[in-house]
Amino acid sequence: MGKFIRLKKGFTINLAGKAAPKIAKTEPAETVSIKPSDFHGLYIPKVVVKEGDSVKAGTPLFHDKRLERVQFTSPVSGEVVEVRRGEKRTLLEIKILADKKSDYESFRKYTVSEIANLSADSIKSQLLQAGVWLNLIQRPFGTIADPAVTPKAIHISAFDTHPLAPDYSILFKGQDQFFQIGVDILKKLTTGVINLNTHTTSEISTVFSQVKGVEVNKFSGPHPAGCVGVQIHHIDPISKGDLVWTINPFGVIQIGKLFLNGVYDASKIVAVVGSEVKHPQYYKTVTGASIKKLVANNLTSENVRFISGNPLTGTNIGNEGHLGFHDLQLTVLPEGNHHEFIGWIMPGANKLSIHRAWGLFSFLKPNKEFKLDTNTHGEPRAFVQTGVFEKVVPMDILPTHLIKSVLAEDIDEMEALGIFEVIEEDLALCEFVDVSKHNVQEILREGLELIRTS
Amino acid sequence: MKFLRNQLDSVKHYFEKGGKWEKYYFAYEAFDTFLFVPNTTTEAKGVQIRDAIDLKRLMMTVVIAMLPCLIFGMWNVGHQHFLALQQAATVGQKFWFGILKTVPIIVVSYGVGLTIEFIFATIRRHPVNEGFLVTGMLIPLVMPASIPLWQVAIATAFAVVIGKEAFGGTGMNVVNIALTARAFLYFAYPSQISGEVWTYLGDGAKTVAGYSGATPLALAAQSTGNVVSDFNSFGAGWADGIYNFWNMFMGVMPGCIGETSTLMCLIGAAILIITGVGSWKIIVSVFAGAFGMGLFLNAVGTTPFTQMPAYYHLVVGGLAFGAVFMATDPVTASQTETGKWIYGILIGIFTVLIRVFNPAYPEGIMLAILLMNVFAPLIDYFVIQANKKRRLQRATV
Repeated sequence: MGKFIRLKKGFTINLAGKAAPKIAKTEPAETVSIKPSDFHGLYIPKVVVKEGDSVKAGTPLFHDKRLERVQFTSPVSGEVVEVRRGEKRTLLEIKILADKKSDYESFRKYTVSEIANLSADSIKSQLLQAGVWLNLIQRPFGTIADPAVTPKAIHISAFDTHPLAPDYSILFKGQDQFFQIGVDILKKLTTGVINLNTHTTSEISTVFSQVKGVEVNKFSGPHPAGCVGVQIHHIDPISKGDLVWTINPFGVIQIGKLFLNGVYDASKIVAVVGSEVKHPQYYKTVTGASIKKLVANNLTSENVRFISGNPLTGTNIGNEGHLGFHDLQLTVLPEGNHHEFIGWIMPGANKLSIHRAWGLFSFLKPNKEFKLDTNTHGEPRAFVQTGVFEKVVPMDILPTHLIKSVLAEDIDEMEALGIFEVIEEDLALCEFVDVSKHNVQEILREGLELIRTS
Repeated sequence: MKFLRNQLDSVKHYFEKGGKWEKYYFAYEAFDTFLFVPNTTTEAKGVQIRDAIDLKRLMMTVVIAMLPCLIFGMWNVGHQHFLALQQAATVGQKFWFGILKTVPIIVVSYGVGLTIEFIFATIRRHPVNEGFLVTGMLIPLVMPASIPLWQVAIATAFAVVIGKEAFGGTGMNVVNIALTARAFLYFAYPSQISGEVWTYLGDGAKTVAGYSGATPLALAAQSTGNVVSDFNSFGAGWADGIYNFWNMFMGVMPGCIGETSTLMCLIGAAILIITGVGSWKIIVSVFAGAFGMGLFLNAVGTTPFTQMPAYYHLVVGGLAFGAVFMATDPVTASQTETGKWIYGILIGIFTVLIRVFNPAYPEGIMLAILLMNVFAPLIDYFVIQANKKRRLQRATV
């Protein structure tokens, strides 16, 4: 039986510009891009295509020197137009100009009964070859899953509580069969169970409610209840020596499509949201797509920031950018590059804070949607422990002490305080609420990398 | 405002790297960010939006929470003065008298403290942290109105340099800075901060017949019979009922400028708790600890002071002020949530113990908080060890 877990701590950020529940038509993206920076745990990416090569969806573009079997493949068919490199020739991205044909590399197709008899090794080699493997993330450290290991369990979060997050029942509507097959395949890769974690208050799509062969755990409470790391902490916490994998439902469905249809299908539905979007709604596009078509004639102002992902963990990709590999959301927020006269003392009801030091009576309007910009609202200061981190971390972890142990580069202390149980997204709220304006996620990643590479 | 912004921007290059006043950059930065919320935006990766609060706003909220205490205290300084001299005065006159006595203390406290902050920020090349906004207001509130200004200056300087900067500045200090200032005065210049100094009388002023400046705590410590009846009979003839329970709750009695009124402290506590700035756990547990210890002494004690009803402990002396504004200082309090309960309860217990069993210094809250400030890291240590142990127990390797 699955568990029922009620979380109390946390903070749901209610922003303006939520997606309307409809999927709009848009022209296909002209270019797509794959960026090594969307993944953790890479050593040196080795590029196997040249500019001018033509590729199909599922054709390998590069692989990592230490994880040779994991192929990074092209999401679409077309021509490699740019292999962009940075300092010391590090690979930044590979850009592909999409053609109209949509050719796919063909992988082996299986029937449902054949899938039931597949071995773990043949599953792995097909996933690795097609690039679908990249959906699997390994904890601790949040790296690309290592094909050589067998995880203790696989966890799937079936909801997203981030600000302006897409509704999974819209994203994955009608994909029931692929999701089921994906789950059946994943079950062969672990000795443990597949945990499917759902939310009690949102409506559960049939994709998740009808699926068989999983442990269904129910969660209630504010963000970060939807973060898979928080969920794992309450279901079966990661101790030193444990390895678990996590995967987004999108990845599970992609696995199902790979085995049933024999193709790497990178098409996805993304939510285009934020207070600066004229028509916040869902659009059909592909992994790594250029955002140009999504935002063309769709903005209400000019001084804006384009964020691939959500406002807590996303990346500023600029107006010519491409969606990140894992992202199912494009957020457009106003830039906050303006001064505000004695803004730190003026009362105001339009500022959002977990401290009610702004808008003392904000509790009268609990459903108010806020229009936030990217201003930091203050400048970096000494670390003052205000107890606010503890209010937004619904885990038996002491976030302040964990962060301080990372700053002190004390590996034993980090391990003892539970660094294996978290990655950036789990502590992103700490960064949001931090009075002293530290980059908590960056600090945490430094700690994780210190341990991983030592 | 545009003009001011342009002025600031036009001199900015002098303070930036390579400018002729480069080493004063952080002094400039302090003024600039004081006037304008900076135009910095979040970085490319990580959170794209930030909570509207910053250290300034946080500290300012505490200062706002102290305003009821300050305003009431100003009136009370005047009220006590005219009461002791038995002169008739209107509310306005009392208030004006209080302003004349308190504002210089506040000015000296902020002036000295901020000067030292700016000097250290410049020498050490770190931003001016806003913690002193609160400390600068706390120091006057725990001083008697009769304190000489030069003592305020020395105490503030001592507290900021030895209590804070010696430990590395804001966020690093071990003991509460305002209490360090007060403790410094208590041990260095006891005659100006203990005994019957709490009412500002003025030089050579003639007090009314039967006047006594004894505080409730001193009275309770000297009591030979029933403490409550001693309280009720105190002030007969010139200030009837000054030490009855409700009067002490309201705070119309001699004492430090800001700490006599339990009611005003509770209003401050409400502001801190509603805004989420102060820890309600600490406030509640200090009161609970003091009340519990009071009850315990009622049950087992033999001296008159131990027999004082426990709820009296909550309104006499500076317990309420200490619980709300001093014990909750996030830097020096216990930093774990479980630890906060232990920390608060022990402060309450020690306050009552020091009051009842130390006749030389009846006001225990200051020493209790300083003591627990020192022990807070130890409490945290045990809470953290317990957390680690839970994690280790389930580990397999």
